[in-house]
Amino acid sequence: MAGTAVLGRLTWQVAEVVDVVTETPRVKTIALDVPDWPGHLPGQHVDIRLTAEDGYQAQRSYSIASAPDSSALELTVEYIADGEVSPYLTEELRPGDRFELRGPVGGYFVWEPSRGGPLLLVAGGSGVVPLMAMLRHRVSSRAEVPTTLLLSSRGWDDVIYRDELEELSMDGIRVVHTLTRSQPDGWTGYSRRVDGDMLRELGPTPGERPHAYVCGPTPFVEAVATSLVELGHEPVCIRTERFGPTGG
Amino acid sequence: MDALKLDGNAAAGILQEIFAAEITTAIGTCDGCGTVEAVGAVAVYTRGPGTVLRCPHCDDVLMKIVAAEDRLWVDLRGLRTIELRSV
Repeated sequence: MAGTAVLGRLTWQVAEVVDVVTETPRVKTIALDVPDWPGHLPGQHVDIRLTAEDGYQAQRSYSIASAPDSSALELTVEYIADGEVSPYLTEELRPGDRFELRGPVGGYFVWEPSRGGPLLLVAGGSGVVPLMAMLRHRVSSRAEVPTTLLLSSRGWDDVIYRDELEELSMDGIRVVHTLTRSQPDGWTGYSRRVDGDMLRELGPTPGERPHAYVCGPTPFVEAVATSLVELGHEPVCIRTERFGPTGG
Repeated sequence: MDALKLDGNAAAGILQEIFAAEITTAIGTCDGCGTVEAVGAVAVYTRGPGTVLRCPHCDDVLMKIVAAEDRLWVDLRGLRTIELRSV
């Protein structure tokens, strides 16, 4: 797998939808069959291109949610009300539908077991998607890397992959939620935006030299990365991926 | 803080189209301030007519890319060097 796509032209190919799964009221996972998929690394994404009948094209990037050894390529997409692409992907797509895709692309925001740990994953909302590919790969490759996922969601019903994260937390992965807008009755977890105090409480400490991966909307990523640097984490150990506010 | 700012990951596809290689792990040097940074970590703006890469430290323009129907136009003036490493 090492060296995947170091050299090679990107070509558009046709992906066929094999399944659509509702994750939350606003988020769906689309399982795809892509003939000749070359394989991917956890954290990589694909570019999607939709073409209207009049020839107008819209292109967006979506993170890959599935682990490299998964049978289908899965993308998890959040519905953006005024988006050009995400309403189609989340509301209209049915099994058997086809669209153009190219990838995998990216290599900077990638984690492989050989990189080691400890691993500190921090996500805002659908920023959890590429981190989920890393978590799934950590499990399927049986990598014994101390791992913490801190996931910020608006409310409990907005938590993407909630049940699977519950299972992962019984599998040696520390999963911590913070719910920023509404909390269920009896909630004892965090209920504020991710901040330096939260990151310090959770660890790992800068001395443990964790690999930090931060993904979410731009303001979230900037705030978390700044907090990590202020806590003493080395900037080279912090990798970030920003989602645009009107990306969909 | 500019909410429209993305990062080099967002340009991975179009950069691979140009260089025929994975470029976000390549190391670029800003011609303005000399900062050395992975391309994946630079600031990227995609909401204009093209894609603009800026230095995350001095904000100078590193690269501009405009994709038209049948051509790609690339301005590299702000990027002093780019170093590709085999994985």
